Amino acid sequence: MTAVLEVADLHVHRGEAHVLHGVSFSVAANQVTALLGRNGAGKTTTLLALLGLLPGTGTAKLEGEELLGQPTHRVVASGIGYVPEDREVFSELTVAENLRLAARTPEATDRLELVHDVFPILHDRRTQAAGTMSGGQQQMLAIARALLNPNRLLLVDEPSKGLAPAVVVDVVEALERAAAETTILLVEQNLRVANRLATDVVVLDHGTVVHEGAMAELFADDDLTQRYLGVSAA
Amino acid sequence: MSTFVLLVATGLGLAGLYFLLAAGLSLIFGLMDVLNLAHGAFFALGGYAAWTAMDVFSWVEPLGLRFLIALNIAGAVGYLVGVGVEKLLIARNYGDHLVQILVTLGLGFAGVALLGGLYSYDPRALPQPDWFTATTTVLGANIPNSRILIFAVAAAVLAGLLAFLNRTRHGLIIRAGVENRQMVQALGIDVGRSFTLVFGIGGMLAAVGGTLGAVYFNGITPGLGTTQLIFAFIVVVIGGLGSITGTAIAAVVVALVQQFGNFYVATGVGDIAVVALLALVLLVRPQGLLGRSAR
Repeated sequence: MTAVLEVADLHVHRGEAHVLHGVSFSVAANQVTALLGRNGAGKTTTLLALLGLLPGTGTAKLEGEELLGQPTHRVVASGIGYVPEDREVFSELTVAENLRLAARTPEATDRLELVHDVFPILHDRRTQAAGTMSGGQQQMLAIARALLNPNRLLLVDEPSKGLAPAVVVDVVEALERAAAETTILLVEQNLRVANRLATDVVVLDHGTVVHEGAMAELFADDDLTQRYLGVSAA
Repeated sequence: MSTFVLLVATGLGLAGLYFLLAAGLSLIFGLMDVLNLAHGAFFALGGYAAWTAMDVFSWVEPLGLRFLIALNIAGAVGYLVGVGVEKLLIARNYGDHLVQILVTLGLGFAGVALLGGLYSYDPRALPQPDWFTATTTVLGANIPNSRILIFAVAAAVLAGLLAFLNRTRHGLIIRAGVENRQMVQALGIDVGRSFTLVFGIGGMLAAVGGTLGAVYFNGITPGLGTTQLIFAFIVVVIGGLGSITGTAIAAVVVALVQQFGNFYVATGVGDIAVVALLALVLLVRPQGLLGRSAR
């Protein structure tokens, strides 16, 4: 299995704090890799550093191209989709405007219809201000926004956060459809959601990688989940 | 009654100037978090660019056409200088507020001094067509046409700016960027290009304001824009940062309060009333009339 993303010795400082202490892992092509860990382990920081939204040192190669040190817009334009924690849709813009903004190329504009197939709600609500939609609907918009452009890698940060269980099911289904087309690095607190979507897993603790392996094995191992995540899967 | 109408008309003319100065400030602050203290110098620059254009094109008749040419040249000069300033001085200092304040404050001082050196500090009057100074009778009041013209130009600029923001991709990027700049970048968009564009537009609007200001105040001086800048800042805060419609409404409110206060109570009271209004808005609605409550 070839790796789409290879991260080696990634260090990130946020203010005084040394948040990532030499994180190394790889993300295999065409499947979902879950990035797990307790609160403050450095999961979101890892994504932000890959995107160039936080400065980091080390290397992070997307199919051989170095990402670190590049401006964010260039990192994203090279084929990385980003679904941020807390959605971050543009609340004052309409749903249609949010999607139009995200569609950078004519091909992406053509894919609008495809996205409307996956998320019919976004078509129904196209003239509504995005901030007036429910959390689940905003999450659909955030995912749709990332799916418009052809991606080599999708970075998804806690898609189930703050959503009702029934809505989480919809979000998981949407991500499964996305996973059929592209590679995903998924940060998730909900172990069941991670297990449902991911094949591989990387576990962070205090800014270092403490475990790498198959998601199903970690999920089945109560000792490991208890030790690394402080939760029990059962 | 006729005095009241005259005050309203004069106030609306002044509101037009405040709007032209404040709209750029509001967009620049809303999108880039930059407080452009040099904005007043752009206003004066526009006035002198127009004055010079009137001089160079003195063979163009009628005078109204010459004025129109001068207005456009001033706008173009304001745009180009705005773009140049952003690229040379501001672009490398995003995120560092202290440096921004020092750079724009210094640029403001230097710009005013440069204009003073080139054109002297005495007011330079802009040649005006007769119909500017002629009056139109509205509800018994004789309104100078120039007041109507200034307001009409400002209204046209407002309409144009709203169309630009709401109908174009650049406008979409700017509106999104005002809300969440980082997420715009995370959609693969080079927001830096929009920064340059917005600075240019801000410079253009201020320069157009300066040209009309030279008409309103019967002449341009190097420090005229800087004098108006404080009221423009008040307009920006009352209107809500980054909101163009809010800025337009606030410009009208501030200008009318100022006119009425200065006329009906005593000279200077209007200026104080505007500051009091600012304090009231900050207490009751700190995000401004049409601003968002929190970023």
